[in-house]
Amino acid sequence: MKKDAAKSLRAFAAELGVYAVLVTGYFFLVLHVLGNWLYRLETQHRVVYAFAAVLLIAGQAVVLDAVTTVLFRLVRGRSK
Amino acid sequence: MFFPISNSHINPLYLVVVGFVIGILGGFFGVGGSFIAGPALRLMGVDWNYAVGTDLAHIVGKSIVAARKHRSLGNVDLKLGLIMAVGTIGGAEGGAQLIQALKRAGNVNAVVSWVAIVVYVGISVFMLWESHKTLKLHKGKSRRTTKASASKADHSAFGPVTKKIQGINIWPMINLPISGIQISLWIILAVAVVGGFFSGFLGGGAGYIRMPSMVYVLGVPTHLAVGTDLFEIVISASYGTFTHAIKGNVDILIALVMHTGAVIGAQIGVVATQYFAGPKIRLAFVPLPLIGAAIVIYTLVTGHKL
Repeated sequence: MKKDAAKSLRAFAAELGVYAVLVTGYFFLVLHVLGNWLYRLETQHRVVYAFAAVLLIAGQAVVLDAVTTVLFRLVRGRSK
Repeated sequence: MFFPISNSHINPLYLVVVGFVIGILGGFFGVGGSFIAGPALRLMGVDWNYAVGTDLAHIVGKSIVAARKHRSLGNVDLKLGLIMAVGTIGGAEGGAQLIQALKRAGNVNAVVSWVAIVVYVGISVFMLWESHKTLKLHKGKSRRTTKASASKADHSAFGPVTKKIQGINIWPMINLPISGIQISLWIILAVAVVGGFFSGFLGGGAGYIRMPSMVYVLGVPTHLAVGTDLFEIVISASYGTFTHAIKGNVDILIALVMHTGAVIGAQIGVVATQYFAGPKIRLAFVPLPLIGAAIVIYTLVTGHKL
């Protein structure tokens, strides 16, 4: 029982690790590549900026969560 | 680091840590955490309008991650969440309109502050009484159950009142098999409108009102209330983010940095719910509205706007 708990805790920690790396990478990509574009949108085209804001934050959550899960399954599959 | 949209300098690590803490609270309790995020952004010199809008934006992302995780654990009632989202958006508009009316009357700060204190303290005192009484009543019984079944077991000392509310037969009655209840559509909408109203009136996602309301008024098990509330927050906070962004109140770059910490915290918070029974989650919830009340009292006494 304790072994199972330790195993699932390790798996969860690995998933979080992968997730953290992906999210941080994504953030720096957005900040450096899209930073100026987002600033211009915010000052000149508010409606487009509003759509972009919702899409970016939702995309960060949905896409990276899905990618992490797939990656985690691959990692877990190999370890088995 | 300079954030040009809100014209502010903030250490990104600070934002990540704030996001992480709020993420844990959100995943575990099903709240947006605006009562912490708003003041935390204000402390760094972000204007109040940007603090409110940016907080909503980061809540969207964090709630998506937490709601997905809760859904994989069977803790989300999609049907209930969609019905509630309609009422929440309507209620939020009502709350915002009342704020505008109070602004015109010139006493918005005093009224909102006192209402917030009464609501926050009221929720905390009630939940402390209820969860403490429930835990006391079921102390003996929980010892005889296995740990796995106890973690999702949900009892409430307020149960008889909830049963009476569920028994109110006003057409159309909605069957919610995932939550294990049948209840009038109008009661669900009333709970959602009240939650939305306080969201528009006091700010944030108002999870501190909606989550307890779902448990005590609708009779939804605590784990499901947390997951469903998060799903509902995704819809209402997306709407809020969009309208705030159009008004120039969202710095999406700050929200993305906060989100990097929040998503990790949210995952930890969701997994942690598996190890606690409903009354214990509700008991642990008690300090959260009190933190909100303390912040409001601080601003009233000192005159500082956090």
